[in-house]
Amino acid sequence: MADLLIELFSEEIPARMQARAAQDLRQRMTDGLVEAGLTYSGAVAHHTPRRLALSVHDLPDQSPTRREERRGPRVDAPDKAIEGFLRGAGVTRDQLQERDDKKGRVYLAVIEHPGRPAADIVAEVLETVIRNFPWPKSMRWGAGSLKWVRPLHGIVCILTDDTGESRTVPLEIDGITAANTTRGHRFMSPGRITVSSFGDYAARLRAGKVMLDADERAAHIRQEAENRAFASGLELVDDPGLLAEVAGLVEWPVVLMGEIGSDFLDLPAEVLQTSMKEHQKFFSVRNPATGRIERFITVANIEAPDDGATILAGNQKVLSARLSDAKFFWENDLRIVRERGLEGMAEGLADVTFHRKLGSQADRVARIEALAREIAPLVGAKPDLAAEAARVAKADLQSEMVGEFPELQGVMGRYYAQAAGHDDGVPEACEEHYKPLGPGDAVPSAPVSVAVALADKIDTLTGFWAIDEKPTGSKDPYALRRAALGVIRLVLGNGLRFGEPLEWSFARILGMQVVGHLIGYKGQVLRERIGNLAERLDTVGFGEVGEKIEADILDRNLPSKLPPEERQELSETTTDKTFDLLAFFHDRLKVHLRDEGIRHDVIDACLAMEGSDDLTLLVKRARALSDFLKTDDGENLVQGFKRANNILTQAEENDGVEYSFGADPKFAESDEERALFAALKQADTAIQPAMGSEDFAAAMAAMAALRAPIDAFFEAVQVNADNNVVRRNRLNLLGQIRATCLAVADLTRIEG
Amino acid sequence: MSSQSEKPRSFQEVILRLQAYWAGQGCAVMQPYDMEVGAGTFHPATTLRSLGPNPWAAAYAQPSRRPTDGRYGENPNRLQHYYQYQVLIKPSPPDLQELYLGSLKAIGIDAGLHDIRFVEDDWESPTLGAWGLGWEVWCDGMEVSQFTYFQQVGGHDCHPVSGELTYGLERLAMYVLGIDHVMDMPYNDPDAPQPLSYGDVFRQTEEEYSRFNFDVANTEVLLRHFEEAEAECAAILAQPDDDPKTGKRIVMAHPAYDQCIKASHIFNLLDARGVISPTERQAYIGRVRTLAKQCADAYLQTDAGGWQA
Repeated sequence: MADLLIELFSEEIPARMQARAAQDLRQRMTDGLVEAGLTYSGAVAHHTPRRLALSVHDLPDQSPTRREERRGPRVDAPDKAIEGFLRGAGVTRDQLQERDDKKGRVYLAVIEHPGRPAADIVAEVLETVIRNFPWPKSMRWGAGSLKWVRPLHGIVCILTDDTGESRTVPLEIDGITAANTTRGHRFMSPGRITVSSFGDYAARLRAGKVMLDADERAAHIRQEAENRAFASGLELVDDPGLLAEVAGLVEWPVVLMGEIGSDFLDLPAEVLQTSMKEHQKFFSVRNPATGRIERFITVANIEAPDDGATILAGNQKVLSARLSDAKFFWENDLRIVRERGLEGMAEGLADVTFHRKLGSQADRVARIEALAREIAPLVGAKPDLAAEAARVAKADLQSEMVGEFPELQGVMGRYYAQAAGHDDGVPEACEEHYKPLGPGDAVPSAPVSVAVALADKIDTLTGFWAIDEKPTGSKDPYALRRAALGVIRLVLGNGLRFGEPLEWSFARILGMQVVGHLIGYKGQVLRERIGNLAERLDTVGFGEVGEKIEADILDRNLPSKLPPEERQELSETTTDKTFDLLAFFHDRLKVHLRDEGIRHDVIDACLAMEGSDDLTLLVKRARALSDFLKTDDGENLVQGFKRANNILTQAEENDGVEYSFGADPKFAESDEERALFAALKQADTAIQPAMGSEDFAAAMAAMAALRAPIDAFFEAVQVNADNNVVRRNRLNLLGQIRATCLAVADLTRIEG
Repeated sequence: MSSQSEKPRSFQEVILRLQAYWAGQGCAVMQPYDMEVGAGTFHPATTLRSLGPNPWAAAYAQPSRRPTDGRYGENPNRLQHYYQYQVLIKPSPPDLQELYLGSLKAIGIDAGLHDIRFVEDDWESPTLGAWGLGWEVWCDGMEVSQFTYFQQVGGHDCHPVSGELTYGLERLAMYVLGIDHVMDMPYNDPDAPQPLSYGDVFRQTEEEYSRFNFDVANTEVLLRHFEEAEAECAAILAQPDDDPKTGKRIVMAHPAYDQCIKASHIFNLLDARGVISPTERQAYIGRVRTLAKQCADAYLQTDAGGWQA
């Protein structure tokens, strides 16, 4: 048995690639060894900026011998054929055995493949792994042809046996010869280090100022940083992503804490944090009492003789230069919004293209403003406030600060809106209208924020639907799936009901916005066709939602200008795209509800009901049905319903009539039949008011009471009775069951 | 040599030490290219010489112009005209990182006292059709150099690969000299009979060019010059390889490349004048790249580019 140690020593590997590369090295190496017949008991990979290391435990000294039986020609085959077989199998005639086969008696060659020494296999596999390594981006260097993430300088490849004896695996790749030596820290331990095993390697690296384990480096950084902050009565701002990155930039982390110049302490915390993180990879240190960012933590890669004083001074100086820029942006932006308002800041949006076919950012803002105003009552916001917020929510895209730090969009909007004197939820809407950004992001609930967030997302979705830029497969460049999920979560999270306070349903809202986009997009064509109407459209603004547009554009004005077939086409296109978009919402909703454990057939059963564009209603119904189906009564009722429905459907097909009228208890012959009549009557009495108040759980509970009578009915009664009156009456009774159940959900779509 | 271990005292001393250091490493110390360029990379000693099989080693300071960075000489760190120090060695030597660190030592940066780091930074020049992998080098959190292994230039794979080092001279010197505002930096020896600051030398021109670049440069003329440079480049490259006068085979890659440099700088000026929309921007960059690629193709047809009959 032997342990294998591999180290691939290179120039600095990008931090973001290291962890994955260490994993790939382990996976590919061990896969290759196993495939070649070398088993192992464990394998661990490590990474630092300059090396990938792998330790594999308990490899056998050689791969096992393998016996191969190769069947040859019949014993009476011509000599030529037999000689050919001997050559191919590499054996002589006297080594052949004979065996009976369905073809007759044939020769059999038993070929022994002797095991190969572990070192040979390791060398082969390692060369293959190095030459085919899946770096996200790799390069050549010098005059060679080998590719690696950055120039590869050394390979350690040693096998250490049970006695501790180690030997270097002979291997040479593009002029790099495997050895048992490596280097420590670039500056603190520049000499060669000879290693004899993984344990020895890790210990010597540590002595050479290299902490091999990335988790240890990260833990050390966090611990030291927290200690420094704590000692000054401050706290570290947690940032796991930055921590992982910084741990990948150093082999020997040395944590230093520095001051932020007092000139900069009044900058918004987000600005300080973003600037320090993006430009300098600094951690922020906060005063827990005030919430202000007051210091920074930087992680050096060297223990300097002056305890890092020079390093810290340099970093502080760079930070001051960076923050001077940030302060300059901040003050300029503030001056603009104080003098000219956010509207003044937003002026430039007219020159920024949102999408070639969807106009400028200013056009987009106008559409969002109109839509936000329309849907404000839905969320309990004042229309004027929603419109005001929408009008200024994108202004910060024109600020210098967001130009420098795009990730601060929204956050700066809030600060600048406050500075410009906006109030009543408008500043918050500037920040929150982007939300929710992902499945884990919180859903805004402040009315103005919700109005703008919905308007923004709906305008984006309808816009890209109008111009046929829908997501396909894995391609979703405009993040439309996220936008749709955002709308769904905003609607559900706030329990919004479009139809009730607004004149328009959700589908209608989508349709109005789609037609607006279509006319906007076709503006060029229309302008030529319909002359000054186009100008009118511009002044109306195609964000105007509702019948006004429909009446103005579709009915009153276009008919005189637009040929009827084009008018017809516009109307049809709008309808098609709207329903296609609604179907997209339903698909996203299914994905969303699947995580809640609601089956897709349950959703289908609810989608088939009227008003399924009312997402809140839809989900309410789906949740109730899902819960209902999890009960015994629920499941059995569905079976009973299906049985009734099958008998009924068949009879209706055969008879060519629909059995939906006039079942009369007076034709009932058995107690079970009479009981079902009574139960149905009782259920209907309970279901109707429950449905009226959308209490689906109560409706379904009432429906569940039908289970026993239905089961008993089928048990005791022959539906297809000889007496035609009785038969018709029973079929009509089944029709009544169907009608009662289908009023709650389309149970025919439930699977199983 | 004892003075060499001391810190340099002026901007020009930083340059002189780099010149001496790289001369000592066997580089041909060249002079700046005599045209307006956006970066040291544009010098044909880098772009064209990084192509083809022939070895190369050159170092030079290159005045570089970024019209959009003009700040009328008021910003402590931003200039529309600044200096880059450029080193190109082909094939890249295995100890290029150590050679580079040696150059930092030569200008007074002690790697035992400072925190020097190689931080991922992939380099790409859309106008040159070039890309490479490497790092920005940080010294105590400040970017002091770009370090790149060229993989492609002018659309051609680099074989062998060149190692390129670019130092932003003002920033680096300000750091070494401990200066906060570029205009305050000693240009020559502070004890010289006529001590001159960077501001003494360049404040006037920064003001003048900032005004010119942002507000005065005649965009119509520039647009016309861009077209002319583009046409001239094509016309030069359209000439037959054989010179009718001398009977020699003379492919004029360098004169054509001059036109490419010209077009590139005019594009930068137009950009600073704010007359190029985002969509047009891509188109202009594409046009310059086409020129750069054609010049690269032509260079590979020259002796220096490794052409063999």
